[in-house]
Order: sequence, then structure tokens, then C-alpha cells
Amino acid sequence: MSYLPYALAVWIFVVGLYGIITSRNLIHLVVCLTLTQSSTYVLLLAIGYVKGATAPVFADVSVGTRAVDPVVQALTLTDIVVSVTVAALLLALAIQVQKRNGTLDPDALTEMSG
Amino acid sequence: MTRQLRLGLFGVSGVGLSALLLWAVAGLHAFGDYHERYGTLLKNVAVSERHTTNVVTSVVFDYRGFDTLGEEFILFASVVGVALLTRDARDERARPRDRLVSDPVGLIGLGLSGALLVIGLYVVAHGPLTPGGGFQGGVVLAGAIAVVYLAGDYRSYRALTPQPAVDFAEGFGAGGFAVVGIASMLLGSAYLHNFGPFGTPGTLASGGSIPMLNLATAIEVTAAFLLLFTEFLEELSVTRLETA
Repeated sequence: MSYLPYALAVWIFVVGLYGIITSRNLIHLVVCLTLTQSSTYVLLLAIGYVKGATAPVFADVSVGTRAVDPVVQALTLTDIVVSVTVAALLLALAIQVQKRNGTLDPDALTEMSG
Repeated sequence: MTRQLRLGLFGVSGVGLSALLLWAVAGLHAFGDYHERYGTLLKNVAVSERHTTNVVTSVVFDYRGFDTLGEEFILFASVVGVALLTRDARDERARPRDRLVSDPVGLIGLGLSGALLVIGLYVVAHGPLTPGGGFQGGVVLAGAIAVVYLAGDYRSYRALTPQPAVDFAEGFGAGGFAVVGIASMLLGSAYLHNFGPFGTPGTLASGGSIPMLNLATAIEVTAAFLLLFTEFLEELSVTRLETA
């Protein structure tokens, strides 16, 4: 039981990869990539979790109160925002693919055209 | 490569990868039984060293500030990429003409936008004190302006977000973060090293360079999301015009 959150992160990662590999639509593919990326958040936050602890914010509680790891939280919060903009870039690319090739199926994009 | 072959390959490598990953996480400490040194040290020293009560913020903008600079530039590069991909040869006539005519929705939207604006500013300003900061607050602020489009019309939304101003804010936020780092060097310490003064813990004027980096990030994130909203909204209307 105590390793279940880590196993969950592995599960999300592998399911996301499966989605990317079997994808028939570039928008679906971007969503799968975002899902794969979110597995790292689950892993990071699970690593930093301390049983019965509070958030690492000492505005109301004194320093030294049991708190979860601030480093993994910092990594996660910056990446959530950044990953949204990266997904937006990939979706903009998908729009261009649709415009130029008239399809969003990655399997139909076999030839490079410039 | 055929679909079956690809699936078969993934079946084999996916099982192998899962096994390796599970093996790796089995070497971690049990969930909740945390004793890592770096995080524990930072939790104990950050408030007395930097006078910021939110240790997550002092990690983002100070102890791991250099990592955040990298993240800032990933964000900047993605947004610039979106602008480059969508802005070429767009027809100005193709501005979205969506207009909401329901007065109650418009009124509620106006109230919501104002409330979101206040919450966003609060989350940004109190980032070093309580949960929040430039990344989270920036998204809320951009949301406050997006509600103007949802509850009003595109014309009002664009009046609030003139493209030169949004572009400038995007560059100013990303550049400002780097410039605060250079200021540290000019003051004789390492790049992005906090140069103080640290102020009184628990007040807005605490944390030295942390509030400045926080503000630069808030400006960059707000501008980034506004730019994305605008680009995709205009792209949508071009598509509508072409299919009409």
C-alpha cells in the first residue's frame, strides 16, 4: 500500500505512452503527451509527501512544524503552467498540419512536404 | 511500420519499461516516510534566511531560481512559437464577431471578471507569504480578462489586450527575470543570488529579490496566456470564415 502512489505514476506514464503510440489524431496525441507529463507531478508530489504534515508555508504555523517537501512542489507548480504553453505550441502545429495536409491522422503523414 | 507491428513492439517494450520503472520506484522510501536532506534543510532555514513564509516561493524564485529561469524561457519560447505559427498572413477582416446579447450573463461576467482580477492580484502579491505566486496568479489574471470575451464581445477583449502591449509585457516579464539576476552579479554575488534587503517576515515587503522575480513572472505568465487566447480565438474565426 505504501508504494501505491509511485505505482500510480508509473501507470499514468505507461498509459500515456500507449496513447501516443496508438494515436490516430494529433490533438489526441497532444492530450496523451500532457497526460504522460502529468505522471511526473504525481511521482514528485508522492516523493515529497510527509505523513500527517502540512504545506511548507509558515505564515500561521511555526518553523519546524512537520511540512511536506517544498522542492518537489516548486518543480511541479512551475511545470504545470509551462506544460500548458507547450501543449498550446503543439496544438498550433496541429492546426498547421490540418491546413496543409487536410488530415490530423499521424499515420497519413508519411511523406515530408515542404 | 504497420499498426500491428507497432502495437506488438510497444507490448514488449511497454512491459519492460513498466518493470524497470516499478523496480526503480521500489527503491524509494515508503510513501509518507520522508527523510530527504535537501527539502528538510530548506524547510528549516528558508524563513530565517529569506524572511518569506512560503517556502515553495523561496525555492522557486531563490534557491532554485536558475531552474525557474529555464522554465520561464521554455514558456517564452513556446508562446513565441505559437505567435510565429499563427500570425502569418492572417486576414484582418476575420476578427471574431461573437457577441453575447444576454444582459444578465454580461452583468455576472463583469462581476466575475472584477472578482478574478482582485483574486489574481492578491495571489501574485501574497506569493511570498501564503500559497500562490506569479505562476498561479498570472493564470488567474489572464482568466479575468478572458471572461470579458466570454461574457461580452471580442471587441472589448481586444481593447483590453492591445497586441503591442501584450507582446511587450511578454518580453518584459521574461527579460525582467534575467535582469534581476544580472543585478545580483553587479552587486557582487552569484547570478540570481538574493541581494536583499529581506524586510520583516510576514509582510509584503519581505524576501529581497523574491517579490521582484515573482512580479516579473506574473507579468510574463499573464501576457503569455493572453497571447495564446488571442491567437487561438483569431485562428478559430479564420477557420470559420473559410468553412462558411
